[in-house]
Amino acid sequence: MTDTVLDVRDLRVEFPTRRGVLTALDGVSLSIRRGEILGVVGESGAGKSMTGMAILGLLEPPGRIAGGEIHLSGDRIDTLSESEMEQVRGRRIGAIFQDPLTSLNPLFRVGDQLIETIRLHTDLTRDQAGQRALGLLREVGIPAPEDRMNSFPHQFSGGMRQRVVIALALCAEPELIVADEPTTALDVSIQAQITALLRQLCTERGTAVMLVTHDMGVIAETADRVAVMYAGRLVETGPVDDVVRRPQHPYTAGLMGSIPGLRSDVEELSMIPGSMPRLDAIPPGCAFNPRCDKAGPRCRREAPRITGEGAACWLAMEGSTA
Amino acid sequence: MIAFLLKRTANAAFVMLAVAFLAFLIFRSFGDPVEMMVNEQATQAERAELRERLGLNDGFLTQYIRFVTNAVQGDFGISYRNQQDVMVLIAERLPATFELVLVATVISLVVGIPLGVFTAVHRNSRLADALQLTSIVGVSLPSFVVGILLILAFSVTLGWLPAFGRGETVDIGWWSTGLLTPSGRAALVLPAISLATFQITLVMRLVRAEMLETLRTDYVKFARARGVPRARVHWIHALRNCLMPVITLTGMQIGNLIAFALVTETVFQWPGMGLLFIQAVTFVDIPVMAAYLMLVSFIFVVLNTIVDVTYAWVDPRLRDDTAAAGGANG
Repeated sequence: MTDTVLDVRDLRVEFPTRRGVLTALDGVSLSIRRGEILGVVGESGAGKSMTGMAILGLLEPPGRIAGGEIHLSGDRIDTLSESEMEQVRGRRIGAIFQDPLTSLNPLFRVGDQLIETIRLHTDLTRDQAGQRALGLLREVGIPAPEDRMNSFPHQFSGGMRQRVVIALALCAEPELIVADEPTTALDVSIQAQITALLRQLCTERGTAVMLVTHDMGVIAETADRVAVMYAGRLVETGPVDDVVRRPQHPYTAGLMGSIPGLRSDVEELSMIPGSMPRLDAIPPGCAFNPRCDKAGPRCRREAPRITGEGAACWLAMEGSTA
Repeated sequence: MIAFLLKRTANAAFVMLAVAFLAFLIFRSFGDPVEMMVNEQATQAERAELRERLGLNDGFLTQYIRFVTNAVQGDFGISYRNQQDVMVLIAERLPATFELVLVATVISLVVGIPLGVFTAVHRNSRLADALQLTSIVGVSLPSFVVGILLILAFSVTLGWLPAFGRGETVDIGWWSTGLLTPSGRAALVLPAISLATFQITLVMRLVRAEMLETLRTDYVKFARARGVPRARVHWIHALRNCLMPVITLTGMQIGNLIAFALVTETVFQWPGMGLLFIQAVTFVDIPVMAAYLMLVSFIFVVLNTIVDVTYAWVDPRLRDDTAAAGGANG
């Protein structure tokens, strides 16, 4: 297990509110190996992005990690102080955010933002950092990087900005990249380029990538393994082919059924009846049981858990009706 | 950038022409200047001769053009009250007001910006709440009250600082400065603080509101995700994005400060333009009043223009040339 880069065990995130404590993440366990892309998928509000933010140590107060552990290449990072975490963010974990239009500071030149990040994490001089920044821009496929160093973010198109954001994430050659919906705000044609770029960087540099998205298409194309989330819990994990082709959890099956396929002869897309519960109204037992047509008595009583691969479903675990 | 500058300058010139017209109207409608200038025994012929010499028999437009032409050259005529050249009178008083306003502005920024950032970043702390509350007091107190309270505390009771006047001044060319002598600096402290009180709270509240907005943005969060330390994110990345409205406010307010300095100058008997104006009003000294109006408007217009140009400098998106480049690549 020496090549395990990220190891999240039984993560629990809580938000104390006036009306009681909301549990936003409950028992989330993930692991990503070197050079592997883990797709984290689910509806909005399922806790995908929050998992990413918890790993980065950037939960919005009053949100806090209430249980579980996060390990980065064997080092526990969820207990680090803020200043220690500043040494991890950007250096050992790179981040890519959803909207490249708003991720870059509009008042600073792209080159300066790169150089700032490089110099925060290395001992390079300004000139050396500039050279490195140029190299990064070239690597992420920005044409004429020498000219673009002095440009401001508003002078780039959306796709080019996301490439700059990726270059920023790569500044200190991190072990892990948390990519939070990196393609959602982009045109479809640009999406493919960005996912291809991520895939390529992951293969060439051996970086582990946590790819958070609600787009199963992106996951199917890009990820090696996939983790499906629902209502702040992990529903199913496994190699992407298995999960896409042979989903074991009824929710995953429903999710796959709702992807429009080009070659599919099926006229109608299936859909899952009902909607995801709010955080203050998660039912006892399996969170999905009110929407599940196969749910039995045990599903309403006990919450199924998974720590490794598999489906958090009594039906799948027991291989019979629950 | 050059086209932008030219455009702004043309706008400014047009505004000044309009203001000159108003000042000129005041000149014409406040009674007969000849009556105010000659003594009561003057004959009709003498009055007619003076009227002719002042060009008051010319047409309206001719007189307006002459007024503007003279004003551009800094000639606003002779003060009715002490028969001195108006521009000389104002030039004597300008440095006092200017230094007062400058120091007050610096105080308001140096104190107001950090307070604003602090109260935004630590928005739930007791200290920030207390500062917020104090700032309301700062906004509500009229500046003459602040001035009188300051005099009471620091001049009358403690006796640390002078309560009136400008102290010793040093002449540098035609500019007389109080900043180079100890007594000049001491005399500046109370009036400047009194003038700055309102500004400090204004700047602080503006910076706080802008910071709260900026701290929620993605690029602030992304900067943290890049590993930029919290303090650097707040004071460099976020603050710079808040400076735009602060620059506007400061620019506009310098004009206001010059106008408001009138009150402070009266309280502290500060020998600036405001005091000169108050005295001119008492004696219906119209050339001085008109010149003051022109000068204050001129300062307002120049400041507005500078603010616009500074915008373009701080925010690259407003520059004409880069906007074009952005369009080409967008």
